[in-house]
Amino acid sequence: MTSEKNGHKFIINNLEVFYGDFRALKGINMVIKANAITSIIGPSGCGKSTFLRAFNRMNDLVPNTSTKGQIEKDALDIQMLDVAELRKSVGMIFQRPNPFPKSIFDNVAYGPRAHGIKAINQLEEIVECSLRQAVLWDEVKDTLHKSALALSGGQQQRLCIARALAVNPDVLLMDEPASALDPIASLKIEELIQELKQTLTVIIVTHNMQQAARASDYTAFFNMDDDRAGYLVEYDITAKVFTNPEKRLTEDYISGRFG
Amino acid sequence: MTSTETGSIISLAKTNKNYKLNKITQYFGYALVWACGFAAIAAVFWILGYVLSQGFQVINYEFLFTRPAGGVSGEGGISTTVVSTVYLVVLTLVIATPLGVGAAVYLVEYAGDAVKESKLVAFLVQAARMGVEILAGVPSIVFGLFGFSLFVLYLKFGFSLLSASLSGAALILPTIIRTSEEALLTVPRSYREGSLSLGATRWHTIYSVVLPTAMPGIVTGIVLSVGRIIAETAIFWVTLGGSFYLPQSIRHSGRSLALHVYMLASETRAFDKAMGTAAILILTIIVLNLTINLVSRRLTKHISGKV
Ligand SMILES: Nc1ncnc2c1ncn2[C@@H]1O[C@H](COP(=O)(O)OP(=O)(O)OP(=O)(O)O)[C@@H](O)[C@H]1O
Ligand SMILES: [Mg+2]
Repeated sequence: MTSEKNGHKFIINNLEVFYGDFRALKGINMVIKANAITSIIGPSGCGKSTFLRAFNRMNDLVPNTSTKGQIEKDALDIQMLDVAELRKSVGMIFQRPNPFPKSIFDNVAYGPRAHGIKAINQLEEIVECSLRQAVLWDEVKDTLHKSALALSGGQQQRLCIARALAVNPDVLLMDEPASALDPIASLKIEELIQELKQTLTVIIVTHNMQQAARASDYTAFFNMDDDRAGYLVEYDITAKVFTNPEKRLTEDYISGRFG
Repeated sequence: MTSTETGSIISLAKTNKNYKLNKITQYFGYALVWACGFAAIAAVFWILGYVLSQGFQVINYEFLFTRPAGGVSGEGGISTTVVSTVYLVVLTLVIATPLGVGAAVYLVEYAGDAVKESKLVAFLVQAARMGVEILAGVPSIVFGLFGFSLFVLYLKFGFSLLSASLSGAALILPTIIRTSEEALLTVPRSYREGSLSLGATRWHTIYSVVLPTAMPGIVTGIVLSVGRIIAETAIFWVTLGGSFYLPQSIRHSGRSLALHVYMLASETRAFDKAMGTAAILILTIIVLNLTINLVSRRLTKHISGKV
């Protein structure tokens, strides 16, 4: 189900996430636009990763977490969806590249195989297509059966993107995907994200203000209260947030006065 | 930095005597450590050399390929005991490996969630963990007595490969569970998250990523257990019996190599044959250890992808 341009991919209603008794996020209300790049910025510990992990219910894996409120994806409550289906359509890229200790081919084919695709020619097709989309194909096409762990960090991260694309998601969540990489590899990832926007909704957490300003359509600024609960301060078109923010706090943060 | 270095050199020069003394103590320490290491290694090689050289005096084609003749003379060879040992090892592993690895997978991958669900499960899991710890330290003869009373007598399996491998499995289960558990715990969480984030199920994640990554550790545990089964005597004395005929089925008695050494040494005059058998036993264990090293290094390399 691909949303039409300018459609709403996610609608977030009063989201709260708890780790045990600790409230990490409170009262989040947001609409995430389809086929756009939304970046999440904010000081360390304000709940950006927690927020991101709410979209594919990865928080469910952490013992004692609970979620209040609601996230709707394409007008369906994600709590009502089958979690495997949800995660298939909402891919995730982690801060540190985490390829499996398998061959490049097996890494990309992992998701399709997990969802029951067995025919080798079909898998080959998916692998090539995904690696091309992740702009990695030319670098690895002759070494598909070599271990993924032998790749450089930047290549590994692009491999992880290819791996996520192989199950044909319509959303990609990225948690500081370039922070462990050198500037050139980081730039490549950034270009790649621009490409992906054609077909995907991208939500990206970043610490890099320039990156957010340069590469995203919308920016959400999170901060935390005295009780350390994260909340949404400001959310708007990126150009607006960076040039003419509503709130004083936002201005202070993007100009580097705190955080 | 440099100024403190210079400072320390000056103070060293001042306490030149101390320095020399330190140096002497140092050399003395080295010498002591060396001597200890050398003595230990020499002792091991001496034992090995002695057993092997004594043993090889009786090892020949006939010794390897005829069965023991029985009786106090200790005539005959070891053919059937070699075969019995292989049967015993294979059967024990067939029983213990799935149980042990399965238990470890449960403890590492599932118990955490189950524990949250109910107090009773939490208690049972805790008890299981403690049980494994305790069993790992129990002398093998206790497993033997347990196997004797349960399998041999109560379940009427008699002295048999079946009784022996069930008891042997009980003996090595703690080792397999613990080594597998440790191996599973070293699998990075990011692999599990990576797999789950693609929409793979829990089981698929365990089966396709977690277990293969943990495999070198699991294999090491299994091979250690093989060594244990080959080396144990008491437990099989009371469960396997000691028949020197070739076991025709799992309900038949048999005699493992270690058991044969024990029986030759304690019940016959054929001390030379006991040495011969012991030499074979030692060789087997050496080969086994080399294989562990090789296999786990290969597997690790294969998995970490440095091939
Ligand atoms: N598994 C967890 N258990 C308990 N508390 C957690 C857990 N994960 C995160 N937290 C807490 O929740 C809050 C938000 O964490 P989160 O990782 O979402 O922050 P973040 O904005 O991503 O920070 P950073 O920029 O450093 O990555 C922090 O106070 C953190 O200590
Ligand atoms: Mg984070």
